[in-house]
Amino acid sequence: MTSPVTQRGRGGFDLFRVLKQFGPLLFLFALMLVFAITNENFLTQLNLFNVARQISITGLIALGMTFVILTAGIDLSVGSLLAFCGMVAAVVAKGGTANTLSLSSNAGAGYGWGAALLAAVVVGTAAGFVQGLVITRLRVPPFVVTLGGLTIFRGLTLTLSGGGPISGFTPGMRWFGTGLVGPVPVPVLIFGLAALLCHVVLRYTRFGRAVYAVGGNAEAARLSGVRVDRVLVSVYMIVGFFSGLAAFVLAARLNSAEAVAGIGYELTVISAVVIGGTSLFGGIGGVGGTVVGAALIGVLVNGLVLNNISSYTQQVTIGLILIAAVAFDRWLKARARA
Amino acid sequence: MTGQLAADTPVPPLLDVVGLTKRFSGVTALDNVSLDVRAGEILGLLGENGAGKSTLLKILSGAQSASSGSISFAGRPYAPAGPDAARQAGIVTIYQELSLIPTLSVAENIFVNRAPTGPFGLIDWRRMRRQARDILARVNLSLDPETPVSALSVAEQQLVEIARALSLESRLIIMDEPTSALTETEVQQLFGIMEMLRRDGVAIMFVTHRLEEASSMCDRMTVLRDGRLAGHLLRDGGRVPVPRIIEKMVGRAASELYARPTRRDNAGAVRLSVRGLRTVRAADAPHAVVLDGIDLDLRAGEILGLAGLVGSGRTELARAVFGADPIASGTIRLDGQLIAPMSPADACALGIGLVPEDRKQQAIFAMLPIRQNFSIAALDLFSDGLGVMRPGREGAALAGYRKAMSIRMSSPEQAIDGLSGGNQQKVILARWLARDPKVLIVDEPTRGVDVGAKTEVHQILVQLAERGIAILMISSELPEVLSVSDRIITMRQGRITGEMPAIEATEESLMALMALEARPGDPQ
Repeated sequence: MTSPVTQRGRGGFDLFRVLKQFGPLLFLFALMLVFAITNENFLTQLNLFNVARQISITGLIALGMTFVILTAGIDLSVGSLLAFCGMVAAVVAKGGTANTLSLSSNAGAGYGWGAALLAAVVVGTAAGFVQGLVITRLRVPPFVVTLGGLTIFRGLTLTLSGGGPISGFTPGMRWFGTGLVGPVPVPVLIFGLAALLCHVVLRYTRFGRAVYAVGGNAEAARLSGVRVDRVLVSVYMIVGFFSGLAAFVLAARLNSAEAVAGIGYELTVISAVVIGGTSLFGGIGGVGGTVVGAALIGVLVNGLVLNNISSYTQQVTIGLILIAAVAFDRWLKARARA
Repeated sequence: MTGQLAADTPVPPLLDVVGLTKRFSGVTALDNVSLDVRAGEILGLLGENGAGKSTLLKILSGAQSASSGSISFAGRPYAPAGPDAARQAGIVTIYQELSLIPTLSVAENIFVNRAPTGPFGLIDWRRMRRQARDILARVNLSLDPETPVSALSVAEQQLVEIARALSLESRLIIMDEPTSALTETEVQQLFGIMEMLRRDGVAIMFVTHRLEEASSMCDRMTVLRDGRLAGHLLRDGGRVPVPRIIEKMVGRAASELYARPTRRDNAGAVRLSVRGLRTVRAADAPHAVVLDGIDLDLRAGEILGLAGLVGSGRTELARAVFGADPIASGTIRLDGQLIAPMSPADACALGIGLVPEDRKQQAIFAMLPIRQNFSIAALDLFSDGLGVMRPGREGAALAGYRKAMSIRMSSPEQAIDGLSGGNQQKVILARWLARDPKVLIVDEPTRGVDVGAKTEVHQILVQLAERGIAILMISSELPEVLSVSDRIITMRQGRITGEMPAIEATEESLMALMALEARPGDPQ
């Protein structure tokens, strides 16, 4: 009679089992070590917070993207949606589409940062809802729906803004992009809190369990009484919400909403999620990995800049390191399974 | 070629299998099986599920290799390295799940990997179409070779596969359950082609559950039972009578593994009542069986066994009641209340559970921990009003079932695919018990479960019935149906063909109801 439990289920210390949990994190530490040695400015508080602030925008969207990818879906529209939500926030904040850096020219015409924030996340969530409905009701693959979304939201942004930026927000709104709480930049704080919330939702709620189940085996989830379509619509709403939130923070930081904001963000965001160990086939991964993945990309860019690597070489290096990080992760997992 | 050979002429067999054995890590799937097939004959290969037929087919088609024994084909030793080598040697296997590429045209499928080429090695489409048309004519199929395979019926696809086999100069065609998805007319057409092939000297190995068909078509039959050769049946003069086939297939004393439990007499009120249930063929599942007026009553505390072959509609019935497939007409009542579950989620909420047939595809989340696999159907019960999980409640429940069902695992955090089939199945049963369902439908509850764990699963089902749960147990293993059920119904082609108390049923009587066309006035 064969043992009902395979060997790897038995106790005993298995180095690779531990490593596979932390593959991307190890890679991040190794990279940080290299940069710390090669450049004395890397490991300073100022520089590290700078990196953290840089990753917080794409990081926020990556949190939402983690939910989507866990269900084996994808959202390519996030960059364009970010631009659109940012523009909506700006219009609400300024009470119009006038591009004036000077607040005095139309002081009091806007609706305040609260309304702008609300508008950005409501528009983002609604966009996710519509895309989710098309995916589940019309059975159009997420790749196609959100590829369409990528063009549509960019076009809506240009229509709304007439192609130009809308700049000049109140200090209250700008605080969300440039303020500090103690030594911590506000965008970093928002990203941190959001990551914590997403982690809790994925690990400790019914909804989180359903997300993993749908991504792990959609048919089994359906036959276990999970309302698969509702879960799917929800994850696109979540990534839409975070696109809206990120748009607000970005506009606040730049003191401007740009029609060309967020171009190519979808690739950075998806890279962060995948480097963090979340499987594009769904069911495996989590928010912790995504935070590490976003940090890895941020550290890489920052370290290369500090070391005066030309931006052309940077692109090559980033691409290679992305592939290496995922290959390393796969290798660890394969060893742990063997 | 077509001349009748005198009976006393010694004909060397085309395929000669001697002492074939196949072992999988401790399990012997095929044990010292010998058989032969001659040119120009139809050999029936028969046996219950698990008798070893599929293993034998996999070895002959090159998908697996034998552990020991020898095969010779056309006078030469035969040990194909893969399916392609088997085809090259002249043996083609046509599986139930057809192996054509649906998006390509009929002609492209016939000439896959060997398209006729013209100058510069480019494909000569005109020649390919012309040749395809000629090949199709050999199986009396007049279709445009340009038609995509996805537009063909199952019967037409089969004929295309046969045509392709002929164009490959195959000398032995193995057909695995070719009639299971065909209408009666299509079956007759297929038989016509089979007779023609026989006249042309092609050997056919015909694997079927339908004994009437085997009896009318086969020159000889080889019967397998529990991986061993149960015997050969020769047609002498007329046909081999069906009861003789059944005798050979069943032929064993009731095994101690299927010791019949003591009679329970605790069936309560009618829990689930189905009347006139009909379904229509969905566009995305053209091969599914259509339910044609199903009536059944399931009582609290009873195990109703549902016996039927593949394609009888047994799984479709389970899915329709569970809300997984749409219903065209008919009523379902649960405890007297009309219900209309539109989705499995509705059925769950009403108190119906389903342990599906295909554990890997439809039940488990392979990479997720046992704990998450267990609680997925009862997340509402293991969480608070805000939807936050209560891990304590969840863990305690799982620990309880782990003990009660002796589920062998190292930890609830272990991925479920590290468990044996039997332990996986226990986790899936526990998944539903956590909801305390009124009705539990189990479809092939012991498929892929090792022998020892089968008995455990059976005991669990009996205990659940004793707790008052109404259980509908679908199974194609007759000893299982006989030993676990209180009452048995049989299905064939989307209809219920018989009902009897388990105590009066025998494998022979069930087999007759499952495998034979039900005709009014037939003696049973």
